[in-house]
Amino acid sequence: MDSNWQLFLDSLWPLAQAAITASIPLAVISFAIGLAVALLMALMRISGSRVLSSIARVYISIIRGTPLLVQLFVIFYGMPSLGLTIDPWPSAIIVFSLNTGGYCAEILRAAILSVPAGQWEAGYTVGMSRTRTLYRIILPQAARVAVPPLSNSFISLVKDTSLASIILVGEMFRKAQEITAVTFEFMLLYCTAAGIYWVICLLLSALQNSLEGRLEKYVAK
Amino acid sequence: MSPSNPAASLLAVAGLHKSFGANQVLKGIDFTVHAGEVVALIGPSGSGKTTALRCLNGLEIPDAGTVAFAGGPEVSFSAGFKPKKAQILRQRSAMVFQGHHLFPHLSVLQNVTVGPLEVQKRPRAEVMEQATALLARVGLADKAQAYPNSLSGGQQQRVGIVRALMLKPDLLLFDEPTSALDPELVGEVLVVIKELAQEGWSMVLVTHELAFARDVADTVVFMDGGVVVETGPASQVLAAPQNPRTQAFVQRLLHPF
Repeated sequence: MDSNWQLFLDSLWPLAQAAITASIPLAVISFAIGLAVALLMALMRISGSRVLSSIARVYISIIRGTPLLVQLFVIFYGMPSLGLTIDPWPSAIIVFSLNTGGYCAEILRAAILSVPAGQWEAGYTVGMSRTRTLYRIILPQAARVAVPPLSNSFISLVKDTSLASIILVGEMFRKAQEITAVTFEFMLLYCTAAGIYWVICLLLSALQNSLEGRLEKYVAK
Repeated sequence: MSPSNPAASLLAVAGLHKSFGANQVLKGIDFTVHAGEVVALIGPSGSGKTTALRCLNGLEIPDAGTVAFAGGPEVSFSAGFKPKKAQILRQRSAMVFQGHHLFPHLSVLQNVTVGPLEVQKRPRAEVMEQATALLARVGLADKAQAYPNSLSGGQQQRVGIVRALMLKPDLLLFDEPTSALDPELVGEVLVVIKELAQEGWSMVLVTHELAFARDVADTVVFMDGGVVVETGPASQVLAAPQNPRTQAFVQRLLHPF
């Protein structure tokens, strides 16, 4: 028991370190890029252009219709057969970003559409262009609506970064596997990793609550 | 600003046609607004009066017709018209909506200054001075930092009017400005509109308040079924309408029971 306790203490820092230097940055970078992709796709969907809307629809359909793990394999193990070898980290960022883009596009589209049409017209009547109305009037109001579902997506993404262990990214779960390869203490290490994921997600939930509170005044009543 | 020679024509609307699918809402609307004139558009629900008003601000794009301001812009609509080209109409007119449509994420002061500061790019000091004066005028000086959600319906609509005035338009457009209000709040908004009319602002007003139209409007345009049925001085059209459809409508509103 004592040696288990010691192993737990000894592994805690390496795992936390992997979370801080790999899992969390991977999630944050991918989510940031993914949100940009999502916004682009959402705007294409509501653009009124049949071509743009169809492109976005097909993209979203492919992303949502295929497993994340398979997407990782296609990029990391599949692309080399086409002569394009991508390193583990870039592969992971590409896949997680595109995946986030597909899932969050529908969230953003729904959030934008939830803002009453009168807000667009009010923007126009004070002289704003469509673009200015979008970022000055519509998006701030859509953001409040989008925060809960986007937080969900981000929390999912944080946990999904563990899949990157399979394409050799040295994130937290891969670190746990490396330690078990030496110690054979599977239960202890994997539960410790699970615990750290849980703590991160608890912190994110708290962050979500405070963000929702701060955006409260943005809601039309 | 609008007060000027009352004889000069400010806006000429001619031949406005508009269909939504198979539903022909406007079938050739003509009317003019002179500088300093208050024109009330009245008529039964579905007569097209709100659609006609929205065409003046480019919020609705007619299928045909012209909206011409004296001194420009003059916009001629036809099939394939690019909605973006109607934007220039907003340089001369500003709209007050039935549902106020204030921006909920901006304070009252930001609501009324966002257009002048960010679109018209006028000097900040001048815009703030104008906003302070106009908010005080409508009795909302102490609400500048408040958010729209914390205001009553009548206060919100007064902010909506200030937001339109801040743009320094030549023509104010009111789309049933009191229809969404609780009855006890209607008066405070009508008082503001009446004062603006007395100051000589030019306005087009879609309203169901016939008594108010009679009190404030110079000219009444009665619409029914997408056409202008009768136009004339307010006192005449509302007191002694010539057309049978106008007569029936006025009777119905004045004696609903």
